[in-house]
Amino acid sequence: MTQVNRVKGGQIDRNTPLKFKFDGKSYTGQAGDTLASALLANGVRLMGRSFKYHRPRGPLSAGSEEPNAIVTLRDGARAEPNTRATTAELFDGLIARSQNCWPSVKFDALAVNDAASDFLAAGFYYKTFMWPAPFWEKVYEPIIRKAAGLGALSMQEDPDEYDKGFRHCDLLIVGAGPSGLMAALTAGRAGKEVILADEDFAMGGRLLSEQMQIGAKSALDWTTQTIAELSSFPNVRMMNRTTVMGAFDHGIYGAVERVSDHLLEPAAGKPRQILWRIYATKTLLCAGAIERPIAFENNDRPGIMLASAMRSYVNRWAATPAQRVAIFTSCDDGHRTAADLHAKGVKVAAVIDTRADGPMSMDYEVLAGAQVINTKGRLGLTFVDVQLSDGSERTLECGALGVSGGWNPNLHLTCHQRGRPTWDGGLSAFVLGGTLPPGMTVAGAASGDLSTHGALQSGAHGAAEALGIKAADTPAADDTPAKQSAFWYVEGCKRAWLDQQNDVTVKDVKLAHQEGFRSVEHLKRYTTLGMATDQGKTSNLGGLAIMAEIAGKGIPDVGTTIFRPPYTPVSIGALAGRMRGMEFHPTRLTPSHFWAKERGAVFVEVGNWLRAQWFPIEGETHWRQSVDREVKATRASVGVCDCTTLGKIDVQGADAATFLNKVYCNPFAKVAVGKTRYGLMLREDGIAMDDGTAARLAEDHFVVTTTTAKAGPVYQHMEFVRQCLMPDADVQLISTTEAWAQYAVAGPNSRALLQKIVDPEFDISNEAFEFMACANITVCGGLRARLFRISFSGELAFEIAVPSRYGDSLMRKLMDEGEEFGVVPYGTEALGVMRIEKGHAAGNELNGTTTANNLGMGRMVSKKKDSIGTVLSERAGLNEDDALKLVGVKPLASEDKITAGGHLMAANGPVDAVHDQGYVTSAAYSPEVGSMIGLAMIKSGDARMGEQMRLVSPVTDSEVVVEVTSAHFVDPEGGRQRA
Amino acid sequence: MHDLTDITALGGQSPRVDTIGEVMLRENDGLALASVQARLGHETACREHLANLLDGRVPEIGKVVLRDPEAAFWTGPDQWMVGAPYATHEDLAAQLKARFGASASITEQSDAWACFDLQGAKMEPVMELLCSINIRAMQTGDAQRTSIHHLGCFVIRRDPNDWVRILGPRASAGSLHHAIVTAMQSVV
Repeated sequence: MTQVNRVKGGQIDRNTPLKFKFDGKSYTGQAGDTLASALLANGVRLMGRSFKYHRPRGPLSAGSEEPNAIVTLRDGARAEPNTRATTAELFDGLIARSQNCWPSVKFDALAVNDAASDFLAAGFYYKTFMWPAPFWEKVYEPIIRKAAGLGALSMQEDPDEYDKGFRHCDLLIVGAGPSGLMAALTAGRAGKEVILADEDFAMGGRLLSEQMQIGAKSALDWTTQTIAELSSFPNVRMMNRTTVMGAFDHGIYGAVERVSDHLLEPAAGKPRQILWRIYATKTLLCAGAIERPIAFENNDRPGIMLASAMRSYVNRWAATPAQRVAIFTSCDDGHRTAADLHAKGVKVAAVIDTRADGPMSMDYEVLAGAQVINTKGRLGLTFVDVQLSDGSERTLECGALGVSGGWNPNLHLTCHQRGRPTWDGGLSAFVLGGTLPPGMTVAGAASGDLSTHGALQSGAHGAAEALGIKAADTPAADDTPAKQSAFWYVEGCKRAWLDQQNDVTVKDVKLAHQEGFRSVEHLKRYTTLGMATDQGKTSNLGGLAIMAEIAGKGIPDVGTTIFRPPYTPVSIGALAGRMRGMEFHPTRLTPSHFWAKERGAVFVEVGNWLRAQWFPIEGETHWRQSVDREVKATRASVGVCDCTTLGKIDVQGADAATFLNKVYCNPFAKVAVGKTRYGLMLREDGIAMDDGTAARLAEDHFVVTTTTAKAGPVYQHMEFVRQCLMPDADVQLISTTEAWAQYAVAGPNSRALLQKIVDPEFDISNEAFEFMACANITVCGGLRARLFRISFSGELAFEIAVPSRYGDSLMRKLMDEGEEFGVVPYGTEALGVMRIEKGHAAGNELNGTTTANNLGMGRMVSKKKDSIGTVLSERAGLNEDDALKLVGVKPLASEDKITAGGHLMAANGPVDAVHDQGYVTSAAYSPEVGSMIGLAMIKSGDARMGEQMRLVSPVTDSEVVVEVTSAHFVDPEGGRQRA
Repeated sequence: MHDLTDITALGGQSPRVDTIGEVMLRENDGLALASVQARLGHETACREHLANLLDGRVPEIGKVVLRDPEAAFWTGPDQWMVGAPYATHEDLAAQLKARFGASASITEQSDAWACFDLQGAKMEPVMELLCSINIRAMQTGDAQRTSIHHLGCFVIRRDPNDWVRILGPRASAGSLHHAIVTAMQSVV
């Protein structure tokens, strides 16, 4: 099809044709077109079907306020539903589909809803689908969702990438229309850091759509020249295709830059969009105004649009919606559209002005004091019925009708922090009022100054006042004061659409009032007025006006709903940025990671860490085979495990010991230099926080270890204690978790292995380096290292640490040197098995509900000193006679399974919460015991050794008879670790 | 001389270099680091030792003193990070302890951090995609703490000023590197 509705002029590039498809049919547009302008140029007015009644619809606007021309752009995984044809920038190969219609937009089977409209009024669902209640979720809602709604997701993963970024400026200017451009000139010439953002792909705002003079130039020439000057300033950043979508706290604005949406697909490595956080010292809102429609009978046919949009299509995009048009206006602005279209050679059938005193024209007929009372045309406008001032009726033939009910300042961003606009009776519009976001001021049409000269001047002065600089000189321009009056709807209409996106009519608002939904918030929820992608940008005020009229109130007394971010819809991908898939969070790798990967280790995520879980060898087909082998080999000879992930905090200062004595509940003041002590930390409320060790390397120097999971929180807690509770203590903290590669070397041959590595001047015999010793040593011929004789496995064991960069090499060395002992690397599973066998508490036991008393460490809590949590750990509620105690459990039948999380019940009696005796915290298969074993918290557990209980798990529907045992399944006397 | 070999934070035998368009990212494994925290009541003495080390200059809040071989930046009240070439200062912490004595707590930090040098004409736009630092206002001699890809990092603006040094947690060097390279590809 040729571009039958192209007119002369415009800012499209006629030398660059672009091919695109809409609903499977091929068309050609021009560079500079939007999808909507290109379709109009091709004579296509019908672009979709409405939400509820499936009425044929075309574009109402030429911008982001569009409620009707909502399409699905692209196909496959890139298909994006609910995009506005009015803002979609045309590119070669663009594919678009209309929505909410079947089988086609021209013949939509569900248009039958329209015939049933008497039954489908506001609140229809709530009244009709009441019974039976279970049907709502399973039957009614799916049917309604299928019949009514917008586009559908592709259900495929988004193939594009999104970035997030941060920008700072002295002045953020939102909107690059006349006021925004003048503000940018003012601030830019003064050398200020400026960000000028506009949602359009071209800057200029309304100036791109107007035939007017600025100074001695056309509006377009002035705009081009101004943009060129601004672009030459290194301190001014021009961000087109960027929607400032929210005003957040502390002068931070959210802005979405559509980097690649105008391309077939993003270039390799480039993002589709960037979500910017803009830190603005000052912000000038130059968001302009949005024209408001008038409600009249059948005012939703394709071809009926805002008069300003019609003017934009003709002036900017050289596309007229029809060759013969009419204008329906209640203000002077409608006449401007008529004049511009006439100048372009479009036939203006008439201007229908609701006022008796509007301007007249020599070029076309003006019907003063007249109103449009109905329209005709099945898939697009063909005729409008007009009631003239004398009461007679007349029918005009036209393919498009431009409607102008005046302009509403665009105040969204002023209200994002709960500010409310105020009513301006002179403009018959809401204008800014209340408290604006800090640092924000408003200029141009958004401030209620609707003339071009007013916009230029207020932009320059707005920037000057915000920054304390001199305003740029304002060129002369149209300064006709805007005259607009309240004219919301034509009396007597029945099906006159207020909110075209949600199919809300004047009648629906009246019904809501009749049924008691009179609060503006209730009106919105009951009728859906102002919901969905356009958030009522063209409909809210009309709804309020009608509600006010019915209620006999003024519009300001009805109030407004609250504007919230985002201003226009934001892709979830933009909010996620690069944080998706494996990049959802950063990964931490241990120093032996690359070596472990070579060995074929299976990794597990532990917080951000990746830890080796087990190291399968040839012939092993099940993880248990690997884990059992690792445990047996370690207990029989020697195993090595990377335990770098445990938190390490360097504690120094003259008061280091005093500090630790405060932080740990057990005594630390007298730990000898060269010794390590196990420590338990309590929260202020007496519950156990974390455990670990503190090694005293010097009188004024400890190295504290924490669990992997609590490394951050414990460090934070210790900093709090240092800075807030003990500000007069000489103590300094710093994390060294990642600075040192630390390996546990465990098993009866651990000393023999280490003796091959530790430099000979360091004696690590049992006599010289006894259990819980620590020292700074050197290894492998002089590398600084730390050695701790501590054991988590219950075996003779050490932990050795070297600077992280040597960790990989040390692990390889330990494997080589350990070959004669049959050394094995072991992962977190074997580590877990051995600590359960030994009865050591870990995260499962330190679960935020347990106390030292529960853990069997009640006597560790020193009564001779004041440490954090001591006082509240003595609360009666935590120390009742039947308090939970950490014990072991094993099944009576060795093949039975112990389930972590399972609850323990007495051998006989009911199985319910009232009779609950405790729960299993950790479970594992123990090669040493030959069955599964568990650690459990049982009421008075320490007094129930040998008792048979039932371990039940309603989740897995299991019941196993277990025996209560000591938690120490291996070497309860501790002889091995002291050997 | 010991017989263990070192690997870089990214796991390589030699530092990795990525050049994309007008910006280059170099992994820097040649930096020794040690933290210096003044002992309570010894703040003046500590500052004097630091000034002696750094030609009379002590880094104030948000600043770095750039010099060779030792340099330092501010990390907190009475707290600094001192850096020097690893090849000559592997024992930096011990050297500093000898100098500062009882006036400061010194902790080796060399391998707590991965170091990346980002340099080139497009350095600023790359940084804008990585962190909230006002990079256009940041000058040579400024040092800031920030978050990059959820990782706590230090960013130091060096001389010439198309160059920033990024210190991030060593265990996450791979994630940090990925984030920086991704931003470089986005920008260039």
